[in-house]
This record gives sequence, structure tokens and C-alpha cells, in this order.
Amino acid sequence: MALIDDRQNEPAAQRIDCDIHPSVPNCAALFPHLDDHWREMSIVRGIDDLHSANYPDNTPLTVRPDWKPAHGRAATSAEAIAGQCLDPSGSTLAICNCLFGIQTLYSEDLAGAYAKALNDWVRTEFLDKDARLRASIIVSLDSVEMAVEEIHRCAADRRFVQVLLLVATAQPLGKRHFWPIYEAAVRYDLPIGIHAGSEFRNPPTPMGWPSYYLEDYVVNAQSFQSQLTSLFCEGVFNKFPTLMVVMLESGWTWLPAHLWRMTKYWHGLRMEIPWADRSPAEVVKDQIRFSLQPIDGPGDVDQMRRLMDHIGTDDLLVYSSDYPHNQFAGADVFHETFTRDEIRKLTRDTPLATYPRLRSASS
Amino acid sequence: MKKHVVASTAEIPPGARKLVTVAGRPIVIFNLDGNFFGLFNRCPHNGGSLADGIVTGLVRSTEPGTYTYCRRGEVVRCPWHGWEFDIRTGQSFCRPGDLKARQFNIEVADGRDIVEGPYVAETVSVRTEDNYIVVEV
Ligand code: FES
Repeated sequence: MALIDDRQNEPAAQRIDCDIHPSVPNCAALFPHLDDHWREMSIVRGIDDLHSANYPDNTPLTVRPDWKPAHGRAATSAEAIAGQCLDPSGSTLAICNCLFGIQTLYSEDLAGAYAKALNDWVRTEFLDKDARLRASIIVSLDSVEMAVEEIHRCAADRRFVQVLLLVATAQPLGKRHFWPIYEAAVRYDLPIGIHAGSEFRNPPTPMGWPSYYLEDYVVNAQSFQSQLTSLFCEGVFNKFPTLMVVMLESGWTWLPAHLWRMTKYWHGLRMEIPWADRSPAEVVKDQIRFSLQPIDGPGDVDQMRRLMDHIGTDDLLVYSSDYPHNQFAGADVFHETFTRDEIRKLTRDTPLATYPRLRSASS
Repeated sequence: MKKHVVASTAEIPPGARKLVTVAGRPIVIFNLDGNFFGLFNRCPHNGGSLADGIVTGLVRSTEPGTYTYCRRGEVVRCPWHGWEFDIRTGQSFCRPGDLKARQFNIEVADGRDIVEGPYVAETVSVRTEDNYIVVEV
């Protein structure tokens, strides 16, 4: 079934999917890209897979039922992605954000080796196999130095268009300790993508460990809010005024309430962070974008229109199918409220404005 | 507009302030190094009393992690939600350009001139040898 409807019918239009997820079938798939030592250690230690509780295989959210293969994981090959996602939706470019749990490895060296193997695997198995695919550079934050080195290594290939972090980190992302990563991102024209998910260094909620996956997943939105606040308060956007941050699978209808609170307290506590010379709303407008899916808003068209006008979604959203995650049914990736112009903006104009490296690809 | 005599200059020494009511309006008068400034005593945010807010300086920064404390004593912070206002201009620092504490014109007049008028000095008894703070309302 085609994933497009009339509003999206523009011949020769660019359609850029900013969040799709190739899956690693198991660690053995990465072995060809691992150094001998780490390959052997993986075998000897029995590291055959990195299961994380971010997207457990059998959770309905992880794979849409019609995209689930009879055996194994969805989206493990470029052919699967082409057949289930790119071809039916007519995407001309798509950014692979691989969520294999390398951020949950606690040894800096092991995490670094796996990040490197993962990026090389994505390059060989996806970027080299389908010219429509682009990817994020995956890094572990355990060693900022190694993360920067990995960015440097991968950035030479311009098909890597972003640096990917998980939202629930060991420390708030605004901390200066992480700034070399932002510096490298800016230097190489790479936005920082922050995706739902945890490194599992802290309980997912500030109150401790919840009991259920539902709680883990829902609390992602609060983690995004905390990261946005941290990046703003610590002055990341002041230090790096050209840095773009893209919040992926974050939802976005929480923005007005959160910005209201941030702005209110910024008014009264400005003196704590005197470098913050723009309001939180201005910073979001200038330097933060959000992926379309999941659309966490009302189904009603008029209510949704009011909400979108209130948020000023016009330039804030970039199109994402979140393939193969189960966020929408059938071809219904756009809420009915979105107009043809809005769809054009979020499938083409805003992604191109956000990702400098996609501009060269599309020209 | 009338010129109201509200206090003798001796009553508000440098660094001090005084809340007065002129023609029914609460006005807080600040003395910054011998210059007098008057602000409407209702914070433009939600009406907090600026006469009760701390007087402080302005913290500026050229980049995250740098703090320059300047203009000591020239900023008043509203006690209710902490918005800061420039005592000299009424300008707010969190929403400059867009939000201002209302200012009143203040002048210092010689007691001899006041006695001759045209001033309103209902609550202050004027002596020719002193100087007085005059607010135009
Ligand atoms: S009333 Fe003054 S800051 Fe709110």
C-alpha cells in the first residue's frame, strides 16, 4: 500500500524522512567491523546481542505488525527498508538512526569499539546499498574524547549527516564536559540528534525506577524537556549559535507548557545564567527542531490546528516515519490537520534547512 | 501635570529609597549617587512592590561561565518573581524594549523657589534653606 495521499502528491518533490531505524540482527553482524581483540572478547564473554529495555523486541511499539518479519528483527537490511519504507512512502532521502544499545556498555573501550563497528556496519550495509540512505554517527558519551574522535573519523563521509545521542544520559547534556562534541558537530555541519531512549545510568524518572515499560516510554517526554532546559541554561546555544539540535521521537505538543514554565523562571532568574540573551522560545525557533512522529496531539482537526498555531510548528517539525516503530497505522503518517504547504515544508524545506549535509546531496 | 514636593533631599541619602504617595499614586524614589529616580511602585509584571525588592547590580556575560557584575546598586529586583529593572530607566532586563516599570520625572528644587510656587507641598513642610525632591504627576 502506498503511504501517500493527495496532500502529498507532488511529482518530483523531495521527501526526507529524518528518523528511521535499521536494526542490528545480533552482535555477530558487527564482527566483521570489530577489531580482533573485541571480536574475540565478544565471543569469549558471550556478548551475542545488546538487548536494551529501550525498545524490547516484543513490545508492540518496537515494530509495526505489518512490518514484522516471520523471524528476527525488522529493518535489518537496506532491501527491507526500501521495500517497507522508502518505496511506499516515496522518500528521496532517509536518515538511519540505529538504536542498537551501545550506549549501555559501561566500558569506554568496549563502547568505543562497538560504536565504531556499528557506524561501519551502517555504512556498508545501508549507505553503500541504497543511495537514498543517510545516517547518524553513533557515539558513546562515556568518553567524550573517543566520541569526538569517532565524529572526526565518520565525518569524512558526508553521508553521515548527524551525531546521535540518547535522551536519558548520565548527566544533563548542557554540561560543559560535553561541549567538545558540540564543537565537533558544528565544525562538520552535523546537527545533534537526541533520540528517545536511555543509557540506563540513572533511573528513568527522578523518583527512581518505575515498574513498567509503559512508564519508561512515557517518561521520555520529560527527559526531552530536561535536556532542552539544560542545553538552554548551560548556554550551549549561546556558545554554539549555529548548532542545530533535533529532538527525535520526542513528541512536541508538550512544548507550549514547557516553554511557558521555562520562560517564566528565566524572567525571574536571568541573573543566574546571564549569557541567556534570548528567550527559550526564541532559542527553540532558532536552533531546535522536532521529528513529526509520534504526533502526541488531539485527533480532532480543529483542536490540532489551534495547538499547531499556538506552538508555531511551521518551521519546527521535520518529517519522520519512525519506521519500523509503531507510531501510526496504514498510510496515515500525517495528521489530517496538516495542509499541503505544511507537508511540503516538513518533508523538504525544514530538513534541508536543518541538515547542511542533505543540501549538498539534494542539489 | 503638577509638581509635587515629596521629601527633602536629606531624607533619601545616596543608596536609599523612599516610597511616597503622590496624587494617589505610589512612587518609589531612589537616590543613585545624588541623582534621583522615581518608579511607579507596581511592577509591570504583576504589581509587586519595587520598594520592597532588593537593590542589586547587573550581571552580564560574554559567554557561558563568565560573569561580570556591574552597575552595583542600579538595579531593583521585584520581590514577587524576581524580574530586574533598571532604576535609571525602568527598563526590564528579561524583556528589554518590551516591558518597562513606569518612570516619573524627578527634579531637585531649592526651598526658596518652592516657597514661590507653583508647587504642591501638602505633606512636606518646606524650609527655604533646604533642597527638595519634586515629582511631576
Ligand atoms: S510582580 Fe514583579 S516580577 Fe512578578
